Amino acid sequence: MNHVIACVDGAAYTPAVCDCAAWAAQRLAAPLTFLQVLDRHPERAPLSDSPDWSGNIGLGTQETLLQELGALDAQRSKLAQRQGRELLDSVMRRASASGVATVESRQRHGSLVETLLALEPESRLFVLGQHPHAGQAGRLHLDHTVEQVICAVQRPVLVASGGCPAPTHAAIAFDGSPASHQIVEAVACSPLLTGLRCDVVMAGEDSASHREPLEWARARLAVAGFQTQAAIVAGEPETSLPAYLAEHAIDLLVMGAYGHSRIRQLIVGSTTTTLLRTSPVPVLVLR
Amino acid sequence: MHYTSSFRQDWLSNIRGDLLAGTVVALALIPEAIAFSIIAGVDPKIGLYASFCIAVVIAFTGGRPGMISAATGAMALVMVTLVKTHGLQYLLAATLLTGVFQIVAGWLRLGVLMRFVSRSVVTGFVNALAILIFMAQLPELTNVSWVVYAMVAAGLGIIYLFPLLTRAVPSPLVCIVVLTGVAMALKLDIHTVGDMGQLPDRLPVFLLPDVPLNLDTLRIITPYALTLAVVGLLESMMTASIVDELTDTASNKSRECAGQGIANIASGLLGGMAGCAMIGQSVINVKSGGRGRLSTLTAGVFLLVLVVFLGEWVRQIPMAALVAVMVMVSIGTFSWESLKNLRKHPPSSSIVMLATVVVVVATHDLAKGVFVGVLLSGLFFAHKVARVLRVDSESADDGKCRAYRVTGQVFFASADTFTASFDFKEVIERVHIDVSRAHFWDITAVNALDKVVMKFRREGATVEVTGLSEASATLVDQFALHDKPDAVERLMDH
Repeated sequence: MNHVIACVDGAAYTPAVCDCAAWAAQRLAAPLTFLQVLDRHPERAPLSDSPDWSGNIGLGTQETLLQELGALDAQRSKLAQRQGRELLDSVMRRASASGVATVESRQRHGSLVETLLALEPESRLFVLGQHPHAGQAGRLHLDHTVEQVICAVQRPVLVASGGCPAPTHAAIAFDGSPASHQIVEAVACSPLLTGLRCDVVMAGEDSASHREPLEWARARLAVAGFQTQAAIVAGEPETSLPAYLAEHAIDLLVMGAYGHSRIRQLIVGSTTTTLLRTSPVPVLVLR
Repeated sequence: MHYTSSFRQDWLSNIRGDLLAGTVVALALIPEAIAFSIIAGVDPKIGLYASFCIAVVIAFTGGRPGMISAATGAMALVMVTLVKTHGLQYLLAATLLTGVFQIVAGWLRLGVLMRFVSRSVVTGFVNALAILIFMAQLPELTNVSWVVYAMVAAGLGIIYLFPLLTRAVPSPLVCIVVLTGVAMALKLDIHTVGDMGQLPDRLPVFLLPDVPLNLDTLRIITPYALTLAVVGLLESMMTASIVDELTDTASNKSRECAGQGIANIASGLLGGMAGCAMIGQSVINVKSGGRGRLSTLTAGVFLLVLVVFLGEWVRQIPMAALVAVMVMVSIGTFSWESLKNLRKHPPSSSIVMLATVVVVVATHDLAKGVFVGVLLSGLFFAHKVARVLRVDSESADDGKCRAYRVTGQVFFASADTFTASFDFKEVIERVHIDVSRAHFWDITAVNALDKVVMKFRREGATVEVTGLSEASATLVDQFALHDKPDAVERLMDH
């Protein structure tokens, strides 16, 4: 019902995911589950050192082929399973060492998105890692997995990147939309960020129509006991928000999930996607 | 998102493997398409156009990525008489009608009927197919000079031994190139592909079959089209499940049925014969690393390019080289395992397999063989289940009363055994029949119970039957599984 689910796959960001998840689980007083997904791709032929293009068939070719392919898959799956097990054991030790009370682990077959959708009823927060090179390579290199997960699931997603010391200063990316009002409301009610400094930042021109909702957000957080300040930064959110983050040493960005239609995202990309890819600090994506 | 991701998965997930495997398959398809045209009694170009067309269309419309469809021996064998008696145009018309039938079959989801085709029937089907393909080569091997035998033997040698040297080049291609070279260099006087009829010299063009549009035409082509549709779907479904098993992925059977239909209609309109999925080529495709739709598309396109531009060379290929390739196909299609299993498997399944083979080889009609096989396996199954029936009894009340207890399956095949299990000669006052642990599957079973009760009454006994409502729950055709998830448990529990 209330698990924090941390998805690990052994890539470079795994320690960051582990630390972020441990921090969130302790804050939420929730059990932490590490999830490793074994995603076999049978639609892809296994690359072989000596490919067989002899194009002939003889007695028992079909049976032999079935046995060979089956044995190959079995061997790879066993290896992947064992590697996954070792990875899970190491992150569990790391999380326990940092003081999380209940740590579990799960291995599932299938794609990450379908697995998370299946686990959604028993989960409260998903923690994922962003591939470290995704930001540098720019728009052409898409780390689709993270975006697909964010599109598909309803629960909040915490995307870890870089190192993840316990955040102390968060910022909410605010655009005045009803969705962003809900995000402020959610942050105010949740124990996850209680006691942190939490700024509300809006990108755009400094006008009364922007000031008014921003002031509401600031007041709402102040009532909830946050030490908070509101700011309007000029320019496009894709560039001005990261600058604000760096300037104020903010170590957690909170924002809404995709607001645009799938078609628009395909063509122009969304602010969420760009920020996810360029943010130097962990991002908490809320619905 | 679902559509784009399945598109990526079907087309783009295995590009390199698909392109290479498609090329290997195209090279192997050419001799087969020519050979099957000759079996059907039409010009080689009919089979080559068909193979191109079916492979390309099925790449988009099929339900089993990575499966190869083209002109096949199974279909060619069905159309022999039609071509002989009415000519090519009627074959093209029958091809169109076959496509229509197959689309309807896909629409009605008839692919699920494949579950009634048991493993033994499938084995019988492929063995019969292998035997028929081999037998179709015999005309090229009788009343010919020793040169032809030597060529065929050399061809088979190259096909099976060349891979020991390198597996980077398709050995059937090497066989064809070498034998063609030898035949041309030595100016051997043997049959070549050019002697067998026209080869394609340009891209296929759209044309409607030149047949009178009347009921007579329909009467001529319908039986053939029906058989073609059934045989095509049977082989396609079997091949699909083989590819499913080899690649450990699922296929969409209904989409495959309709896809075969669309491919056949396209083939008929471009002057090709009807075709279906090919077991041998699909295995070769998977073996060469093909998995996605791109492999099928590559095979079709590359085949046409080769044939149109190399037509002059294709003409020179000696028939002996084709025979060698076809012997390889028939050897590869035959299930060697099944011979070893003849002794190991229960006799009933071996009989089903052999009956399928015998009927196909005798009638040259794969549909008839499968029909006999399915019928026999159904009968054997009924016979086996009918043995799961026991009637116990015990006497009570100083022999004045007897309690019968029926356990097991009562239906048409076991009704007689059921009736014979009661002792009507015994003189008793009261009979108690407990059927709560039996299943009455049909009206025959209920009828048999009625008869037993009547007979006891006529002998002067009072009859009491208990548990009938539980026993006859199985009579209902629909168990309404959707609203009672435990219906099956409840049914089998009592």
